[in-house]
Amino acid sequence: MGAPGSGEVGVLATLERVLREVLYLSPAASTYAQRIDRLHFLIILTTLVAATGIFAAAGYFIVRYRRRPGVETTPRFTPRPWMESLIIGVPLSFFLLCFYLGFRDFVWLHNPPKDALDVYVTGKQWMWKFSYPGGPNEVNVLTVPQGKPVRLLLTSRDVIHSFYVPDFRMKQDALPGRYTSLWFEAISAGSYQVLCAEFCGVQHSMMRARLDVLKPEEFDTWLAEHRRGLQARQDGSGGLALPPMAEQGRLLTVKFECLRCHTVDGTAHIGPTFLDLYRRQEKLTSGDSVMADEAYLTESMMDPLAKVVAGFNPVMPSYLGQLSGPEAGAIVEYIKSLRSDQQQPIPAQGPTYAPSGQ
Amino acid sequence: MPPAASEPASPVTYLNATRGVRAWLLTRDHKRIALLFMALVTLNFLLGGLFAMTLRVKLLFPGPFMIEPITYNRIFTLHGVIMVWLFMIPAIPTIFGNFMLPLMLGAKDLAFPRLNLLSFYIYAIGSLVTLWGMVQGGADTGWTFYTPYSTTTPTQIVPVLMGVFIVGFSTILTGLNFIVTTHTLRAPGMKWMRMPLFVWGIYATSVIQVLATPVLGLVLLLVAFEHAFGWGLFDPAVGGDPLLFQHLFWFYSHPAVYIMVLPSFAVMSEVVCAYAHKNIFNYKAIAYSSLGIAFVGFFTWGHHMFVSGLSTFDSGVFGVLSMLVGIFTAIKVFNWVGTFYKGSIDFRAPVVYVLGLLFYLVFGGMTGIAVATTSLDVHWNDTYFIVAHFHFIMVGVTIMAFLMGLHYWYPKMFGRLYPERAALVASVVIAFGFVATFLPQFLLGNGGMLRRYYSYPEKYQALHVLSTAGASLLFLGLATVLTYLVVSLRWGERAAHNPWGSKGFEWLSATPPPPSNYEELPRFTGEPHDYSTTEPQAVTEPGAPS
Repeated sequence: MGAPGSGEVGVLATLERVLREVLYLSPAASTYAQRIDRLHFLIILTTLVAATGIFAAAGYFIVRYRRRPGVETTPRFTPRPWMESLIIGVPLSFFLLCFYLGFRDFVWLHNPPKDALDVYVTGKQWMWKFSYPGGPNEVNVLTVPQGKPVRLLLTSRDVIHSFYVPDFRMKQDALPGRYTSLWFEAISAGSYQVLCAEFCGVQHSMMRARLDVLKPEEFDTWLAEHRRGLQARQDGSGGLALPPMAEQGRLLTVKFECLRCHTVDGTAHIGPTFLDLYRRQEKLTSGDSVMADEAYLTESMMDPLAKVVAGFNPVMPSYLGQLSGPEAGAIVEYIKSLRSDQQQPIPAQGPTYAPSGQ
Repeated sequence: MPPAASEPASPVTYLNATRGVRAWLLTRDHKRIALLFMALVTLNFLLGGLFAMTLRVKLLFPGPFMIEPITYNRIFTLHGVIMVWLFMIPAIPTIFGNFMLPLMLGAKDLAFPRLNLLSFYIYAIGSLVTLWGMVQGGADTGWTFYTPYSTTTPTQIVPVLMGVFIVGFSTILTGLNFIVTTHTLRAPGMKWMRMPLFVWGIYATSVIQVLATPVLGLVLLLVAFEHAFGWGLFDPAVGGDPLLFQHLFWFYSHPAVYIMVLPSFAVMSEVVCAYAHKNIFNYKAIAYSSLGIAFVGFFTWGHHMFVSGLSTFDSGVFGVLSMLVGIFTAIKVFNWVGTFYKGSIDFRAPVVYVLGLLFYLVFGGMTGIAVATTSLDVHWNDTYFIVAHFHFIMVGVTIMAFLMGLHYWYPKMFGRLYPERAALVASVVIAFGFVATFLPQFLLGNGGMLRRYYSYPEKYQALHVLSTAGASLLFLGLATVLTYLVVSLRWGERAAHNPWGSKGFEWLSATPPPPSNYEELPRFTGEPHDYSTTEPQAVTEPGAPS
């Protein structure tokens, strides 16, 4: 922000430090926090000034026009149109400005960059599970690289939870039976607290996790080590740990007999093929079209008749209650790995996630 | 009726016209029913307040203290349920609305006096069922009953849901009664644009009550069915949709915020004019902004769901609409302050409450704009910032309005005066105690402290202690008010007919009013809140049909 050492920036930085101290706001630890904290200051300061100003005006009138003996009547006062316009116009302009500035960042928050690292997050009473598409699975510790976009795909196994990192100013509810998403970029390495924000029962306030931000090289080493450990354990002891998500998804498609109706070689059968399905634009029987992203694929497992692809019969049964959140996520990862232009299953690459209604 | 010859008999008022428990419990007089409501609503307020103090004492310490987590969860649920449905929603309409509306319109009673009594008993039964549910084990979901937690919780949620369901019928009947009364029982000369602003506020509230409360009844019943019989409505594990509940619940509960604050605005308009001795700055702006809130308030519910999985587009729509509803409140604030301009202000306890209400409303309203800002709500949602925001705007405003109305109308209702000096001290203690309770909670929210937390990270402790200290002050102030008002019922100085020199239409009847409100039917000739003239605002028409 500006040339270091310039006087104006120094004053602003000091002001910002003081404001953070007074408002009890921790330093911004994500790019999102950096974007919105200024607006936070603007609104809170305006609130303080407006509340004090109006209070003071009323207080002044009460003293200035206090009751004096002998006053029987007061003049009837009718406001003029310009006063009305001012009363409505000034606050409304400010409110709409807040909306505009806020919604701009809100849209930004819902459009992750294409190269974001995907991590699947499952909340359950009362813990957080984090799964990397190529492994490993971690409980209550989420490790991410510094300065790289990370996209979280959240779901829940029981009731609604909410993934919240105060220092990042971000939260997103994790709902049972569907996926929601959230992306962030951590500014500096360190450990941050993760809390559950949606009331979920007796241990709600203890449903805490740790978010470790590592330098990119350290993160790569960490990931490689954990995957190697995973491989070693699988080779050594007959698969105590879970296989990587896509492989787990493949096993699930066999177990749940998905492949009786869906092929993986590009030919249509009773249902559409899984090959190249991820991010494909599908025409629906309703005439609309939809992009087969994580949200749509999950919805199609849980509520298959909601959006049927044109040319297919609405015959698929619902797997709601049969597939758990992580299992549905694993199948999505398997579908994502099926690309005709690549021999090997590719690790997850999250292209732009377009939210519905955009 | 010829006066007694021997000694000056005290006039017949609604208080002494008939005697005995039966005459009170089976009364159809709107003024007596208002007092029945006052007794029960005050009891519920005390109960909700005791729960609040229990929570505040537990939160002095970050770890386990005094009560178990499950007890804590039950207590914050009952605190919310009681304060929202058994105190804030009924308080002003059933007490002051019941008492003042017919007086202000020049009517003898509400349109349906029996329905009015029925509304009281429905409220009493609903309260009892809720409390019975509490004894049976109590719900632990929070007053918002979010699914699928609420449909799978092992606690006894069904009696609590049914209690609120039953109370809803009381709300609907009272609202209906007010609407019909306002349309049909206005005295001659009482044109729509001559109605006191209190009537406008209560009328707008009644419209929301009648339209929104059935939706709450429906959704609570569905939650009870899913909890009891496993119907797949909201729990995805049995084929339901968890967000459906949130849409239905907030479709009611956001307008419900206006069910709580519009009556407060109604009291505020009366009290500001009466103590400023001044016509309202802009009568139509206040009247129409109440209707504006009642209408736009129905289309903003999605702002409770910005992080629930709502689409970005929907969030934008609800974001804009939420900004629009804020402007109606801003209009009211400026009009009240403008009313003081060139007035003749009588500084008494209600004026302290007026100042308190202005501060809470502007601070609470502006932080409402803050949390309606989509990007910032991502941080603040479910934190203490939200808790502090809605306590400022709903609780602070309602308590201020309730207390200012109680003091302003105390002589009207009981024919006695309250002790002014004690009232001034208590009002300052309450106003300050409230700020001391909830200002630290805004800061806690900024720091990431979440609502409904039994244990919390230690760094938040200092602000929690401050908040509990403020709550103690608030409790002390309220206890003082309760004490001197009860004592004054018997030992208070007898009030003159119109001790504040108010031009409110309700003061046209005797103080306290006789059972039929007006001995002779009034015909209204003047404007409401008109302090520019000493001319009477109404003439009586002897022998007119009544």
